[in-house]
Amino acid sequence: MYSEKVMDHFSNPRNVGEIENPDGVGEVGNASCGDIMKIFLKVENDVITDVKFKTFGCGAAIAPSSMVTEMAIGKTIEEALALSNQAVAEALDGLPAQKMHFSNLAADSLHEAIKNYRATHP
Amino acid sequence: MKRIYLDYNATTPVRPEVLEALLPYYRDQFGNPSSVHWAGRQVSGAVEKAREQVAALLNCSPAEIVFVSCGTEADNTSLKGTVDALKGKGNHIITTTVEHPAVLETCRYLEKTGCRVTYLPVDSDGMLDLDELEGAITPETILISVMWANNETGTIFPIEQIGAIAKRHGVRFHTDAVQAVGKLDVDVQKHNVDLLALSGHKLGAPKGVGVLYVRRGTRLTPFMHGGHQERNRRAGTHNVAAIVGLGKACELAMAERESTCARVKELRDRLERGIFARVPQVKLNGHPAERLANTLNVSFAWIEGESLLLNLDMKGIAASSGSACTSGSLEPSHVLGAMCVEVTLAHSSTRFSLGPDTTVEDVDYVLEVLPPIVQRLRDMSPLYNCGKVDACEGCDTVKKL
Ligand SMILES: Cc1ncc(COP(=O)(O)O)c(C=O)c1O
Repeated sequence: MYSEKVMDHFSNPRNVGEIENPDGVGEVGNASCGDIMKIFLKVENDVITDVKFKTFGCGAAIAPSSMVTEMAIGKTIEEALALSNQAVAEALDGLPAQKMHFSNLAADSLHEAIKNYRATHP
Repeated sequence: MKRIYLDYNATTPVRPEVLEALLPYYRDQFGNPSSVHWAGRQVSGAVEKAREQVAALLNCSPAEIVFVSCGTEADNTSLKGTVDALKGKGNHIITTTVEHPAVLETCRYLEKTGCRVTYLPVDSDGMLDLDELEGAITPETILISVMWANNETGTIFPIEQIGAIAKRHGVRFHTDAVQAVGKLDVDVQKHNVDLLALSGHKLGAPKGVGVLYVRRGTRLTPFMHGGHQERNRRAGTHNVAAIVGLGKACELAMAERESTCARVKELRDRLERGIFARVPQVKLNGHPAERLANTLNVSFAWIEGESLLLNLDMKGIAASSGSACTSGSLEPSHVLGAMCVEVTLAHSSTRFSLGPDTTVEDVDYVLEVLPPIVQRLRDMSPLYNCGKVDACEGCDTVKKL
């Protein structure tokens, strides 16, 4: 059902946790739909230097959460905003069609965290 | 890697004795039981023997047994066949909010064709209120359909009392006994059942065979039209080998049910006690006492069920979950929703269902690997230790009905 990459990120998720005094925090999802994702950012000179996540959800939510943190680290804010849900799913070699809903949280929560960063760092 | 199967409520392996009994019917004994010649005669005897074995287990006459393709077909035939046969009498059905989709979706379909259906609620243990059931009966009521035991939680309904209520009011009584047969004393006389569904693959027989029990004198429009098999109640050439296997499985269930259930219950209780002792913040889903001896449904707060199942699977353990992610929808189990289980806890639900082959070692292995997995997923969850007040207010539940 899940690709090897998905299972790899699911069983060894990267960058799990929280950042103390983060520069940006984003949370999307809804517990009643069975998925919530929270992302924490550290930003220096417009470059994302660290990302951490916490996710409540199934394999199709946890693996993209992990993947999006890897993809975002080292990117500028503009580059990270251009990261799409599609790109995250492709980096995982795809997700089951009926589970795309869950994977869409990953880039969305990154974008939320960036919005929060911009709002708090004018 | 170890392989531990704890999903017997989903399906069971074919028992070796059953396989041995049915294999000849895929080899030399290939005839059509409806044929008059030797090849047909060889197998018609086998189908009739199986009928007797099933009838003995249910305490009915062999003539009241109809072989069908699965539990779903038996449920569909009972409901649709009753509605058609009794359309002159009324169009009201009483059922519950926690039935299997084989009954629930059939009821939804029948509503579209003009039936009125009452879906009885359950309490937080998944139990029915019998006064409410009796109060729902009207002169238009033609059928009460209540499952014997729930597949997700194992909660057992008081079938004998429901049978008595149905009899008192002269209303036909159907029960989906798919999860009960082989695990409980399913006696159609004692419990006053008119129609009953059972499925082979839940009790060690192959998939693709089931039984509809029809009390003598019960008018029922057939679902399948065609040949004269099963006294015109179910057309289609018999699935002889599977029927023979089901007969054997029923014979074994009759001989072994009590001792097997006692053993399985001990293991289930060991698993249940072990989980509650080792993992904090666990909720039992289902009735604490009136519950199938093999079933344990628990919610591990703050983690999602499928992610737990995948982790257990990586350790070779097969279980099941009521989370949305496993159902292919965005809503978790309708059964837990009907029980007003808080919605994140419903997404967290995990069902372990044990069987005759489960061992103490299996249970202890689960108890060893489960707690660290739960802790790891909790550490990853934004809901765990987040300092927010638990939104568990009883109103935050999902109800489809
Ligand atoms: C309570 C209940 N009813 C009906 C069914 C359907 O049986 P079958 O798979 O034989 O169609 C099941 C099987 O999951 C069940 O658990």
